[in-house]
This record gives sequence, structure tokens and C-alpha cells, in this order.
Amino acid sequence: MIPGAFEYHRPTSVDEAIALMSQHGDEGRVIAGGHSLIPMMKLRLAEPGHLIDLRDLDSLRGIQPAGRCIEIGAMTTQQEVAVSELLAEACPILREAALLIADPQVRYCGTLGGNVANGDPGNDMPAVMQCLDASFVLRGPQGEREVRARDFYEAAYFTARAEDELVTAVSIPIPPAGHGYAYEKLKRKVGDYATAAAAVVLTMSGGSCESASIALTNVGQTPLFAEAAGQALVGTKVDEAAVARAVEAAKDIAEPVADMRGPEEYRTHVTGVMVRRAVERALTRARA
Amino acid sequence: MSKIPVKMTVNGRAVDDLVEPRLLLVHFLREKLNLTGPHVGCETSHCGACTIDLDGMSVKSCTVFAVQAEGAEITTVEGMANADGSLSALQEGFMQEHGLQCGYCTPGMIMRAHRLLQENANPSDEEIRWELSGNLCRCTGYQNIVKAVRYAADKLNAQREAAE
Repeated sequence: MIPGAFEYHRPTSVDEAIALMSQHGDEGRVIAGGHSLIPMMKLRLAEPGHLIDLRDLDSLRGIQPAGRCIEIGAMTTQQEVAVSELLAEACPILREAALLIADPQVRYCGTLGGNVANGDPGNDMPAVMQCLDASFVLRGPQGEREVRARDFYEAAYFTARAEDELVTAVSIPIPPAGHGYAYEKLKRKVGDYATAAAAVVLTMSGGSCESASIALTNVGQTPLFAEAAGQALVGTKVDEAAVARAVEAAKDIAEPVADMRGPEEYRTHVTGVMVRRAVERALTRARA
Repeated sequence: MSKIPVKMTVNGRAVDDLVEPRLLLVHFLREKLNLTGPHVGCETSHCGACTIDLDGMSVKSCTVFAVQAEGAEITTVEGMANADGSLSALQEGFMQEHGLQCGYCTPGMIMRAHRLLQENANPSDEEIRWELSGNLCRCTGYQNIVKAVRYAADKLNAQREAAE
């Protein structure tokens, strides 16, 4: 499998990268880790005339606290997310999710920015970012703007990002200390996309749920922020009745398509199972 | 499309060449440098037979363009033997523990296990399985591959202790 011919660009600054994107329009594609794009190029499902490689943009790497948020550069790899002590301490759901992405070799290359910007409904980080209410920092010729993960995804491979904009960073509000979290993903094998997956972050106070946020992976055209499912837990003791309501609310918004992972009914059922497991595990981790 | 120059270090040797941008690293290694250890297996970044070490990372060389490796330090299985030509602990382990049958996956397995042992000198069997989960073997059932990596870890740890 040989990709189509292209011209290779290796900008050394973000401005240069954006200028190249503007110049080449839909003939150009940026490449970060390349583990979504290169397989598509081999299949000739993507045939960019110009490939703009971001690997020299060191300013897009790294994980830093920024006030009440953590800012992660778009070129930070999944492996770097998985081994970050700062994230393990402040926002451990990211490590849990990163380790469920693909396999070790792919995690060394694959980037957080690529995972969230690509718009592939199979990617895991978009739902995690919706669960955490993260924002994406976009830079284009007109300057910089932020878009919430919950507003970013429009349809499969369609996002709020303009053609000449680059996702430069992800900004994540640090969840409260003592929060419970879990990312539950059913996949057929290592390297597979989710049959269904659920991200949960919740906080407990005096035995009752103070806040809860739930988002779903790969059961729709986009990641799905399951607002009603989270609300079903708030104010309850997260008992069986509340969990059952959350599960039903999540299943209500799931719209998986039948594929080799199973028919719609099955994948909707699995969505409920993932939400249940994630809520239960998040609860055991939450400090009351 | 015009060719562009690339420079990298492969198994300690400085290499420079002109390549088409679309040339995949695995084809550069195999066809330009005659390093046929990295195998072309699935071509879809699943099987891991093309795994090499690139700047301290295990990478599937079928999913990287040669031009992207500009300036990189690369090790393939051909660079794994000890300086005196004897087999490295991992290579010896795969032989002693029968960690291969057809051998197709072996270079990728060895390169991935090499990086694993750099990062974790004493992995549990479960960690070995997890860390090798991006490499497929259709012969062994993996049991002897895990034993081979264990053998190498034990040997390297014993050598380190003896040296202290």
C-alpha cells in the first residue's frame, strides 16, 4: 500500500504552519502523530497534495498547570499523557483513557491534539474532554479562540475548526480534589475502537452526589455529552434507582450504527453497561 | 514529486539519502539500506512486525514516512547484537525459550521488548503481555515470548548486580 505523492512541509513555528494551511487550503493536511492519517493515505482515502508536519513545533508539547486549568499542548503524545505525574495527581481519568487507546507503539506517536481534532467518532479523548468540560485552543490567521469540547463536534469528521485553524492546546478545568472518575471501554481486542465507552467524573459530599458528568464514545456521529444521565445522579446517594435512571438516560441518546462490533441494539445495550460500570467505579474512588 | 534529502543514524551508522516524501520508513530501511529485519506484515499499523526503535520510542515503521525520521536515531533488530557479535540477552532469550516458530513477528517483538526493558527492568508477566500488546504472533500463543522476555530481564538484572 503506497500513499499518493505529496509535497512535504516541516514548519518550525506555529505561524508558519498556519500560513501553509492557509496557502494550501483543502489540498493541505497537517500531520501530528500520523496514525490516523497515514493509514488513510495508504488506502488513498486521503490524498493530500501537501503534508504539513507539526513535529518540530516544540511549543505545542507539554503539560502545564495554568491557574484552575491544566493546559496540554496539542503535540503531547498519549504516552506522555499516560506517564505524567501531574495528570496522575490532578486528573487521573486522562491516564486511564490514554492507556485504552490503541497499543504502546501507537501511543508513542499518537497525539492528544490529533485525537481530539480529527473528529473520528471512534477516538476516545473527545468524550473524555466533554466529560471534563475541556476547551480546545484554536489558532488561525485571525488569531486565537477557544471552543468547548461540548460545542466542537458537528458530525463524523466535521468540527468547529476552520480549515486554516490549528488546535494548539487543550485546556482542562482541574476536577475538584477527591472526585471519582472512570473511563470504561468495551473493545474486541487491543487496538480496536470502542463497541461503546463511557467517561464519568463525579463528586460526593455527605453521602450524596454533588456533581456528575457523563460522556459517551463511538455510539453516535460525534462524542455525546450525556447531560441528563449526569443529572440523574446529582442529589442522590448514587443508589441502584439513580444509576438505573442514568443508564436509561445515556441509552436514550446513543445512536450507534451496526458494524462489525455488533448491531445497534447490542451496542446501545453495551452503552448502558459501560455507564453503569463507570459510575460504580467512579463512586468507589470518590472521597465522600 | 521531487525527492528531498534525509539524514539519520541507523544502528550507529550515519545515513543520508534522497527520498520521495511518500516513501514509508519501513521501505527505506528494507529497500534502500537492505535492513530487512523490520518486516512488512499487515501494513495497517496493527501487527507490529515492522517495529523499530526511533529516538527512544517503539514505532511501527510502516506508519511513518522516511522524511519524518530526519535527524532520528534508529535501531533495528540488526543493531541488537552485542559489540563482539554475540547475541543480546533478548535474542538469546528468544532462542533459549523457543520464543518463535516461523519468526516473522520476532524482529518486531525483540525491538518492542528492548524498549520495554529500557523503561522497566523488571516487568511482571502481566506487564510484559500488556507492553507487547501491539505485536501479533500467530504461532506461539505468546507463552514462550513472555518467557523469552523474562529470561532477558533476569539475565540483564543479574549482569547489573554482578557489576555493582
